Amino acid sequence: MAVRTYLEAIREGIRDEMRRDDRVMVFGEDVGAKGGVFGLTEGLQREFGEWRVMDSPLAESCIVGVCIGAALNGMRPIAEIQFQDFILPAVDQIISEAAKVRYRSNGDWNVPMVIRAPFGGGVHGALYHSQSLEAMFCHVPGLRVVVPSNPHDAKGMLVAAIRDPDPVLYFEHKRAYRSIRGEVPEEEYTVPLDRARVARAGDDIAVFTYGLMVQTALHAAERLSADGFSVEVVDLRSLRPLDRASIVESARRCGKVLIAQEANLAVSVSSEVAAIVAEECFEYLDAPVMRIGGPEVPAMPFAKSLEDAYLVDVDKLEAKLRSLARY
Amino acid sequence: MVVANRDARGLTGIDAGTLRAMYRHMLRARLLDERVWLLNRQGVVPFWVSGIGQEAIQVGLGMHLRPGVDWVAPYYRDLALSLVLGMTPRDHLLAAFAKAGDPNTGGRQMPAHYSSRRLNIVSSGSVVATQLIHATGVALASKIRGEDAVTVATTGEGATSEGDFHEALNFAAIHDLPVVFLVENNGLAISVPASRQMNTHDVADRAAGYGIPGVVVDGADPVASYHCCGEAIARARAGQGPTLIDAKVQRLTSHSSDDDQRRYRSEEDLETDRRSDCLVNYARRLAELGVLTSRAEAAMRAELVAELDLATAEAEAAADADPATVLLHVLGDG
Repeated sequence: MAVRTYLEAIREGIRDEMRRDDRVMVFGEDVGAKGGVFGLTEGLQREFGEWRVMDSPLAESCIVGVCIGAALNGMRPIAEIQFQDFILPAVDQIISEAAKVRYRSNGDWNVPMVIRAPFGGGVHGALYHSQSLEAMFCHVPGLRVVVPSNPHDAKGMLVAAIRDPDPVLYFEHKRAYRSIRGEVPEEEYTVPLDRARVARAGDDIAVFTYGLMVQTALHAAERLSADGFSVEVVDLRSLRPLDRASIVESARRCGKVLIAQEANLAVSVSSEVAAIVAEECFEYLDAPVMRIGGPEVPAMPFAKSLEDAYLVDVDKLEAKLRSLARY
Repeated sequence: MVVANRDARGLTGIDAGTLRAMYRHMLRARLLDERVWLLNRQGVVPFWVSGIGQEAIQVGLGMHLRPGVDWVAPYYRDLALSLVLGMTPRDHLLAAFAKAGDPNTGGRQMPAHYSSRRLNIVSSGSVVATQLIHATGVALASKIRGEDAVTVATTGEGATSEGDFHEALNFAAIHDLPVVFLVENNGLAISVPASRQMNTHDVADRAAGYGIPGVVVDGADPVASYHCCGEAIARARAGQGPTLIDAKVQRLTSHSSDDDQRRYRSEEDLETDRRSDCLVNYARRLAELGVLTSRAEAAMRAELVAELDLATAEAEAAADADPATVLLHVLGDG
């Protein structure tokens, strides 16, 4: 198997699927000649032409709305929102339209589209290039929300998302683009859009997390293993729907649960996972469910000292795990 | 009669058969619309939003479209347009009664949210102007595949204040997409007059900002509407890009069944609109042209009322949605 970065894996997923299916198209700001601000779509316009890899005007509602229309008329569009922070002007098209078309037409219409957007901080992106806004979409029935954590899943889940008959929000941690490498099969494959994955097996504490935080959790788990604590790391992968069965299984088996995320905690993915554990694992728990995430401030500041204060790193996660282990 | 028909074509540019067909579409929509208002006032239909006064432009447009080939992203006053495309009074009565058999939404949306995959009528929600961008995307797909399908998006003039109006026209214009934007300009967004909606006299003026043609048409005149829409559609089909049509129409009813326009419009204003009733004026014109006698009109009306009576009875008796189906059609597998 070839080793690819997270970014290369996503690009390969787009490219392979565009070669297989001429309904697949890419639409977003700077995706054409420039190849995207992160270089993710580099080379695609050269291979597939200006109509299938198309620069949009600087208008996010247009990006998503045009892709909805193209999807209704037989295409399989991939909308790129340059930064997840800029998705908000398109939220009406996503929530009022894409998410509701199948339901409101009683199954007559559907919107097979993918909306890709890089999210997350730690890159000096400040307030408007660092946010983790996934929770607001996780509230909305009619959408799928996925966050791959490694190159293998990134490619396999992207191909699955393109082939899925409904709108899929596919969020990529921008700090993973070039920092995370891994083996990626050359042949065609998909990864299911609704299954969590045990990234590290353990028995004492179950950590539920997603995105780049999976790496952080794996490092912290390694540190605890030196002291004899066995930490399971569950990569949620799909945030809507959550893989309820996997969450319940790991939580019951371990008896202690930590949910870790980069986003602030209030009304977030961690809230929902905690609710599932509370509803279905009460009698199996040896400690209260614990959570760790960003502080309740509007967004991540620019200065390194403030950014570090915001982010959950391995040390903070380790400390939280140790307090849970001690309980 | 033969002589009169030839004169009609000379005077209108439209053959007598088409002129009569257009009248029939308008009358069918009007009778249906009035029927649902009545059912609402009787308390058996919870809500209705009307197209009365806007039938002429919708029929003038619809006559040029190939159902199931061309595309329409409509808005909530497009009852007449939906009928021209092949939907039926029964379809919309099922929607008004919120029955399971409503082909638009299965009783999930309020009535007047027109939708039919079979007829390429794109499902719409209630947030205005969103459909203009969908139409643009539909047209982009047609263009990418090299098809000759034209997409029409309709809206009221109030929705032209939304950002999506701008984003749709801007993108469609950049790529000469085969789409026609029809603004059914009745001068009122619920209660707010167009003068408080925009600082231009005509919505059509804005077309210049996108580098596309903007045309004003008397949307109460079916003949003028027919020609205007025909030109815009031909232009789109020929690959020459979008047109913005500003059709002046009259809203002869309140905004919806939950509104009373007498609270914000003068009696004089209402009377002026009533004198411009497109259906009444068109009937008179066809009679003058010798295309439709009062006897023929009465026969047409009787036939349509009979259709409507049957459809009303059928729709009212149809099955309600099974409560268990509330969970269906969220995602493809469930």
